[in-house]
Amino acid sequence: MTKTDFVKANPYFSGLSTAELNAVVPLFFEKTAERGDMLLLEGEPSRVLYFVISGVVKVYKTSAEGRDQILYLVRPGGSFIDVPVSGEGTNLASAEAITPLSLYAIKKDDFIKIFQIYPQVARNAVNVLSRIVYDMVALVEALSFHDVNGRVARVLLENAEDTGHGLRLTQQEMAAMAGTVRELVGRSLRTMETEKIIRLDHHRIIITNKKALQSLAGQET
Amino acid sequence: MGEFPVINKKKCNGCGLCVDICTCHGLIMVGSVVEIVPTVECDWCTKCEAICPAGAISCSYEIIIEG
Repeated sequence: MTKTDFVKANPYFSGLSTAELNAVVPLFFEKTAERGDMLLLEGEPSRVLYFVISGVVKVYKTSAEGRDQILYLVRPGGSFIDVPVSGEGTNLASAEAITPLSLYAIKKDDFIKIFQIYPQVARNAVNVLSRIVYDMVALVEALSFHDVNGRVARVLLENAEDTGHGLRLTQQEMAAMAGTVRELVGRSLRTMETEKIIRLDHHRIIITNKKALQSLAGQET
Repeated sequence: MGEFPVINKKKCNGCGLCVDICTCHGLIMVGSVVEIVPTVECDWCTKCEAICPAGAISCSYEIIIEG
């Protein structure tokens, strides 16, 4: 996929004419990272908006005790650090590559100029930011109303279907997504295996009863 | 040979706790960092990952829906 095709397919830039896209695309530059590379830190100034070409990024907050809570994973086509770049303030969370990563990036100043020149992009941004709010509300709901087994079930379901991105998760990463500790994820996986909802096959978690897993996650089937 | 835990040598502090806990002798200290010894005995118990105080060992999972 060319850079122009990538930008054209992104929700921020849908509806732009070819001439408008041609003006916007040169403002994007490329960046790569390895698994474990820090891309940005919570509390630092927001200078760049990132778009994932390939790979996966975790966006997370760290407690005073050093425990991580993953807010969301960003997969190909997705963007991160949207909120402070679109508005004011510093980075609300940190971001780290959890696979080898290829990114496009655009400077905040350039992005704001695009907003001003092309109102369509500002309207699109409202949709993108609304989606983030929707996802954050879903996370609060899961953390508040579901038990650990339900939250781990949700993590498995959300990360099972998309097999093209090469994403693999450690128990620590699952714990950080489910708002719990690693030990409880291990216990939860063993419980699900005993109940024949999943099968642990070396480095694979195989979901053998998707309906039961969805029920555990509080999802309607 | 199959899959093995991944060691981040930049993070490894050479404490050796993972070597002690590994029941299949799949880890060994080489100088001040740990190395994988490929073995079919590794059953992905993930104890090495759990005990590592530096977060230097990853035992990651693919998540697959059957059928």
